[in-house]
Amino acid sequence: MEYLFFIATDTEPDVEPERDGEVQAWIEEGARRGIRKQGHRLRPVEDATTVRVRAGDLMVTDGPFTESKEWIAGFDIIECENLDDAIDFASRHPMARAGRIEIRPFWPTQF
Amino acid sequence: MTDDSTGVSAEVAAVSRSDWGRIVGGLIRLTGDWTLAEDATQDAFATALKRWPIDGIPNNPAAWLTTTARNRAIDILRSAASERARAKEVDIMKSLADGGEQDIEDDRLRLIFTCAHPALPLPARVALTLRTVAGLTVPEIAAAFLVPETTMAQRLVRARRKIEEAGIPYRVPPAELLGERLSGVLAVLYLVFNQGYSAVARNELAASALSLASAVVELMPREDEARGLLALLVLQNSRRDARVGSAGELLTLEEQDRSLWHRDEVADGLALLPNSTGQYAIQAAIAGCHARAASALDTDWGEIVVLYDVLLAQSPSPVIQLNRAIAIGMRDGPDAGLELLSGLQLDGYRWLPAAQADLLLRAGRTAEAADRFREVIALTTSGPERADLVRRLAELES
Repeated sequence: MEYLFFIATDTEPDVEPERDGEVQAWIEEGARRGIRKQGHRLRPVEDATTVRVRAGDLMVTDGPFTESKEWIAGFDIIECENLDDAIDFASRHPMARAGRIEIRPFWPTQF
Repeated sequence: MTDDSTGVSAEVAAVSRSDWGRIVGGLIRLTGDWTLAEDATQDAFATALKRWPIDGIPNNPAAWLTTTARNRAIDILRSAASERARAKEVDIMKSLADGGEQDIEDDRLRLIFTCAHPALPLPARVALTLRTVAGLTVPEIAAAFLVPETTMAQRLVRARRKIEEAGIPYRVPPAELLGERLSGVLAVLYLVFNQGYSAVARNELAASALSLASAVVELMPREDEARGLLALLVLQNSRRDARVGSAGELLTLEEQDRSLWHRDEVADGLALLPNSTGQYAIQAAIAGCHARAASALDTDWGEIVVLYDVLLAQSPSPVIQLNRAIAIGMRDGPDAGLELLSGLQLDGYRWLPAAQADLLLRAGRTAEAADRFREVIALTTSGPERADLVRRLAELES
């Protein structure tokens, strides 16, 4: 199974702060186990640009696609056996405490 | 006997209750396809209802149904004729050739855990457990939860789809997840039982919850919380014939005719009580104190207060505080209970003014009790209970 992790912020984070090198250790574990395909931290929403085409007209607006107090801070592409493995790996990312992580399975491109 | 169609339908119903989940679970293990597994099992039971009156009930009805359901699954896959279906058919044949019958005992447990996976919404977990493990029909489940059949059918379709598309594994979780997942399973079973039990007309739900809880205990005999839940359900269920009054209203423990409690089941429930402080074990121990008492006054209220203290320390909740206050009122006198109740914030919860009315009556403060009664009546929607309360208020005021 392939999953996208949306690493999102949260208005009510856990009190335990991120430890030094914690994200790095998580990334290294993902590489060692061969389950993390890719991932990036994203620049803040102030730098976001949203594009729409309506009736042939291009509309470009400043900011994210949805107004919200939380935003997407990064993403990871994970390939693992099943949802339980994905939940387990997500739960050990420091942003599971400082924010929240949404796990979305990929739409399969082939059967 | 074998050509008597009543005997046949009773036998089919009995096998459905004991083996439905195991048959569906086995087919899911073989095919990975929940809808196919349920359809094939449903068809096998329908075939039994048609064939058994003619051919006689087979010597081993469960084995007959298992084979028929498996053959039906293969037929469905063959007629689908897609690449994917063919691959699944090959899988079934292969795993049968490899002795796919091993692990059968675990099929029901695997199913129970998967249906209660936390990535599914709670109403879907409950519906899926009743449909897939207990074998209730969609109309039965829809009626029990007071939703239209189409809504319930949709809920089940979405749940099965999510299991497949989100990669929810079909298994008993590994040791490190077991504790957390088991409490999710027990919560679903308790909810199913209560849904069946709170309806004045009893239905299949309470029976299904009891049967599944005993299956979990049988399969995981060392899990105290599972035993605790089963003890709690057995003890509550032993009071089923006493809990409804002549006008259809629910009766409190004090009002119930305790000679109607099923004593053999009380004994079973007491024997199941685990020596542990898990939340179900404690609730079962409280139910046990009531079950042992000859009357409300004879109840060991001191012990009940201690047990509520343990429960409160684990999960502070105003409802538990309410029940503890009642127990204190019974142990130390109404005033002590009333004082604790006055500090509770439970707006719109009718059991609060009901408890106050009861303690005020015990203290002889009739006029204040009547005021509380009026509050209870305003918060009561059920017809028979409302009528009963109005009658009791009139008695109080006369």
